[in-house]
Amino acid sequence: MRYTKEFLIRLYRTMLRIRMCEESLVEPILKGEIKCPVHLCTGQEAVAVGVCIALDKKDYIFSTHRSHGHYLAKGGSMRELVAEIYGKTTGCSKGRGGSMHVCAPEIGVLGAAPIVGGTISLALGCALSSKIRRQKNVTVSFFGDGAAGEGVLYESLNFSALKRLPLIFACENNLYSTHMPIKECRPKSNIFEVGIPFGILSFRVDGNDVLKVYEITKEAVRVCRNDKGPVFIEFMTYRLRGHVGPDDNIQGLHTDIRSKEEIEKWKKRDPIKNFEKTLLKDRILKKEDLEKIRQDIEEEVKEAFTFAKRSPYPKIKDLRKYVFDE
Amino acid sequence: MSRKISYSSAINEALHQMMLTDERIFLIGQGVKSPWYVGNTCKGLLERFGPERVIDTPVSENAITGAAAGAAVAGMRPVVVHPRMDFMLYAMDPIINQAANWSYMFGGRLNVPIVIWGIINRGGEQAAQHSQVFHALFSHIPGLKVVMPATPYDAKGLMISAIKDNNPVIFIDDRRLYGIEGEAPKEIYSVPLGKGVIRREGSDISVITISYMVGEADKAAKHLVKEGIEIEIIDLRTTKPLDRSLLLKSVRKTGRVLIADVGWLSYGLSAEISAFVSENAFRFLKKPIKRIALVDSPAPASSVLEKRYYPNYLNIIRTAKELMRG
Repeated sequence: MRYTKEFLIRLYRTMLRIRMCEESLVEPILKGEIKCPVHLCTGQEAVAVGVCIALDKKDYIFSTHRSHGHYLAKGGSMRELVAEIYGKTTGCSKGRGGSMHVCAPEIGVLGAAPIVGGTISLALGCALSSKIRRQKNVTVSFFGDGAAGEGVLYESLNFSALKRLPLIFACENNLYSTHMPIKECRPKSNIFEVGIPFGILSFRVDGNDVLKVYEITKEAVRVCRNDKGPVFIEFMTYRLRGHVGPDDNIQGLHTDIRSKEEIEKWKKRDPIKNFEKTLLKDRILKKEDLEKIRQDIEEEVKEAFTFAKRSPYPKIKDLRKYVFDE
Repeated sequence: MSRKISYSSAINEALHQMMLTDERIFLIGQGVKSPWYVGNTCKGLLERFGPERVIDTPVSENAITGAAAGAAVAGMRPVVVHPRMDFMLYAMDPIINQAANWSYMFGGRLNVPIVIWGIINRGGEQAAQHSQVFHALFSHIPGLKVVMPATPYDAKGLMISAIKDNNPVIFIDDRRLYGIEGEAPKEIYSVPLGKGVIRREGSDISVITISYMVGEADKAAKHLVKEGIEIEIIDLRTTKPLDRSLLLKSVRKTGRVLIADVGWLSYGLSAEISAFVSENAFRFLKKPIKRIALVDSPAPASSVLEKRYYPNYLNIIRTAKELMRG
């Protein structure tokens, strides 16, 4: 066995934490208790976990509208995440950002934003700052397959390659750009190849296999720390929920036009269930252990929601607070 | 110690002195090593601070501006230069969506101490895409500060303040001013953001102006005084935040307002000031407010049209006389 039991459990546990936290948001969204747009990452947990666990605390990430998994995997506080989604002043962004703008500066989560491709250049600059300061921190830029349609990606590929920046382009290809299947967006399904003309080390891996994600990222981090970056990785994955909200069809919006068969097919490739099977098969964990982990997380989630609900809303008089750093 | 220095040398001196005091400051943008792009504002910086802190870039305004913003989020204090403001439009996402909103969206936990320096380069039959200024557009955006120095003293002092400020500051200079000389201290000093200055006291008309038009107002004043008209020249220096108390004080005294802008007439700086004065000092007004601005047209190439397109001191003289009539 190449990995310690503790490490494998950590991967499993972190994925499950994300899944259970995400899924616990479904009911409050449907009830209207949560009002901000929430882009659930259910089904994509292996990418978040495999990437972020390959990073050190001092490494940086920039994320997208679908950022909860990245934030939690990097070590962000669950109660602050839930409080943020509830618009509370105890949230990680003091209730000013909502689900799409999570941050945890103390552990290198330097922000998330829904403008497609919008944070790629910020990650580029973050990596540049490490280079200028001669520090070894690596920056990961998470973006989706949709962002491969944005020009800023190509500008950033060029500049990062030109300056050999410690930057990992982490493309989560979940096959859909909101409602648009990738085959309607791109002539070829070859996003990872966009790095090649710039001389960037580029890979595509199964993003639903947490160990594969971890291994490729670990290698990318090593390359970046040796001043041989950037690295481009395309993670093939799938979101099991709608683009925004639990499921667009449940919500009656019908913007999610994926077939039931397709979703069922991907459910069989659920990154957590499959990893769970491996852990049981390899006798890393027993059924009781799994149950214990689940109970622990349930407690944590419950506590996070209690904290969020009991927390105060921002005060009206503070509406304009934080426009400027005074 | 004060001595005469040119406007562009004043900017150059500010950059040299600030980069010496703070290693987090770096200069990035297209043409930083080319006087063709930036005049002598960047002279000697590359030699002194090296290519890691004085970064000439490929033509990628979007990614480079975003990179500067990202580096700022990561703790640096970048100055990103756009040798022509027209090309800055490629960078609207990092400036407006990202940099301007970052502090607010993350509840003040992250900030973007960046100077976004846009140079006005107009005249000489350069036509519509080599002539524009967007101070009004940027001033519209919460989270941005906008400065437009008219003198060497302010060029240096405002650049220093912009660099020291913890927020994104749009620094707009005009190449037509690069050769003008004026007194400025050799040492580091600040001109506060958001503070205008009275360039000339007068009792008849408050001429509220900015950037290149300050010098034109000065010329106009010399002519008008011969006809017994004393104009008070207010150099706003900063368009956002606006020095409201200075405006009110002057308007209360003169009761007549002439606004001379360097941008277009509609929806611009002159409209904002006019609205502000009407809302807050209406009872002091003896006459309706007059505005001098660019007509609502793209900049023409042909110098015959161009001459008519850019207002100058003659427009101020004519309009001032109209205000004093009857």
